[in-house]
Amino acid sequence: MGFRSYLLRRAILTIPVFIGLTLFIFLLARVLPGDPARMALGPRATDEAVAALRIEMGLDDPLHIQYLNYMGGLLQGDMGIALTTNRNVFTDVLAFFPATLELVITAMFLAVLFGIPLGIIAALNKDRLGDNLSRLIAFFGVSMPVFWAAILIQLAIAYNLGLLPPSGRIGVDRPEWYTGFLIIDSIIALNFEALRSTLAHLALPAFALALAPMADVARMTRSSFIEEYNEDYVRALETQGLPGRLIAYKYVLKASFASTLTIIGLDFGFLIGGAFLVEIVFSWPGLARYGVRAILENDINAVMGVVLVIGAVFIIVNLIVDVLYGFLDPRVRYGEGSSA
Amino acid sequence: MSVVERYQSFKESEQANRYREEALRFAWRFRQNPMSLFGLGMILLLILIAIFAPYIAPNPAHAGWRGEPAVDFGNAWHEPSLAHPFGTDQAGRDILSRVIFGTRLSLILGLVVLTIAIGIGVPLGLIAGYVGGIPSTIIMRTTDVFLSVPPLVLALAVTVPLQPGLVTAMLAISIVWWPWYTRLVYGEVVSVREQDFVEASRGLGTGRLRIIFREILPNVTAPITVKFSLDMGYAILVGAGLGFLGLGAQPPTPEWGTMVAQGRIHLPDRWWLSTFPGLAIFLTVLAFNFLGDGLRDIFDVEVD
Repeated sequence: MGFRSYLLRRAILTIPVFIGLTLFIFLLARVLPGDPARMALGPRATDEAVAALRIEMGLDDPLHIQYLNYMGGLLQGDMGIALTTNRNVFTDVLAFFPATLELVITAMFLAVLFGIPLGIIAALNKDRLGDNLSRLIAFFGVSMPVFWAAILIQLAIAYNLGLLPPSGRIGVDRPEWYTGFLIIDSIIALNFEALRSTLAHLALPAFALALAPMADVARMTRSSFIEEYNEDYVRALETQGLPGRLIAYKYVLKASFASTLTIIGLDFGFLIGGAFLVEIVFSWPGLARYGVRAILENDINAVMGVVLVIGAVFIIVNLIVDVLYGFLDPRVRYGEGSSA
Repeated sequence: MSVVERYQSFKESEQANRYREEALRFAWRFRQNPMSLFGLGMILLLILIAIFAPYIAPNPAHAGWRGEPAVDFGNAWHEPSLAHPFGTDQAGRDILSRVIFGTRLSLILGLVVLTIAIGIGVPLGLIAGYVGGIPSTIIMRTTDVFLSVPPLVLALAVTVPLQPGLVTAMLAISIVWWPWYTRLVYGEVVSVREQDFVEASRGLGTGRLRIIFREILPNVTAPITVKFSLDMGYAILVGAGLGFLGLGAQPPTPEWGTMVAQGRIHLPDRWWLSTFPGLAIFLTVLAFNFLGDGLRDIFDVEVD
């Protein structure tokens, strides 16, 4: 099977998951106890007002009609009106999501940047001090509640040392909106004051968020590096007299990267979950903070929109990871393929 | 004693010997693994703290285990000291006492969540793996959908129509958690079901249910045990996360995540309010991770 047909087959596999996701979110909003109209209007609204809103929201239609209407709206980018902001949820998502993505992607970048060297150090010092130390760091990373780590980092570096700003996303005027990613937007605008401020604000929340995936990446790199090192071709390279460092970094690292990649895909979901907590600590104006507010105020349309978008992005990220995995390791393409 | 009886008693003692041998081997391998021993020790300590909380806590009334916690405004905002090792909060309550009682809530949350998740997930995994066909497709595609949303986000969404509280949090996390067990068990069953001993049992005319429970289930207990230990930590983390966001246990319940959130309002000056409950979460999760990691080596299984 060629790469293209693998790509196609893998992409088609995501469609039922997408549909299942919309169905699940729809049922969550409609079947669980609680009347969405009543929740929207609050306990003091009159029964007439609730009944009127029920009709306006189409809540009295049969369930399958409601679902079809919901799907029809989705296809046109209509996720209903957010009760808290009084705007289309889709507009809100577009406004808030870039901040969260910028945070999550930066955290992922930091996790890989520090996690891979940590894993290699561990692998090259297998069962010695360096290995045990990096293992311990990894245990700490995955065991720390991310909101607590965020608070400690904020306390130490922002409040006590005053090195970086404790909250917010930027300290100067925002550059003009092109992508919503402040790093990119300030580069486009050639506004280096804004870029500096953006990076300063981004550093602490991204680092806090990166701790757990950093640990995962390190552990994964360690085990796949060790496994790869025992392969015959490494012995062959050694007998040819290649320096150990070259073997380690040019061949082994490259081969072991495929399994590190799957961790990145899996951890993306945990990063978005973690963003819900980190954004609160650092007053980060992202989708997660928007989502938490929507949940606290029972804004069901906004909650549905946030969950759907996050789910969709997670599915797409995993698709990309699978495709890259198939690209790096041809065996995946010819086998059953992973269907996560 | 008849021959048959003698044979049976011989078989029984043989069986007992085998179990004893296995237990000894297990204990030996466990001892070789200092981290997991350390984890187990910490967990035993935490269980003791949870059980004897009223006798250990300096001020049990401040935890409010039943009803409203007592207040002592004269002692508000004490920094950590010998009298109050973790300091006091705005109502003069001893943080150490509250953290000690919080142990109960976190352990209960983890146990309840995983009991429900295993109760739903394992049978579904067995069915999907052994029965196959349409039930298998429906079950496994459903887990795909559940696993397509990050766990914390899904748990958050489930809390929306419900009243925030500890029970809601447990329910929400359980709903999120079962698919992991379904998938784990499914994978194990598929790899076991065509093996000779299962074939043999089938050939002898053993019924389906008996095969599932007597032949297949014993083979999946090791990975479930390992996953259970690792997941206790993660479930406690997610529970604390919900508490932190105000969607789990409500103040003044001495739940650790809730306490961190309450203390955060008074940062950076009153740093001890958030720091110590957070430390408790960290150490508890660390203990379960140590144990789970050790068990994974001992049983030599891969989970997730």
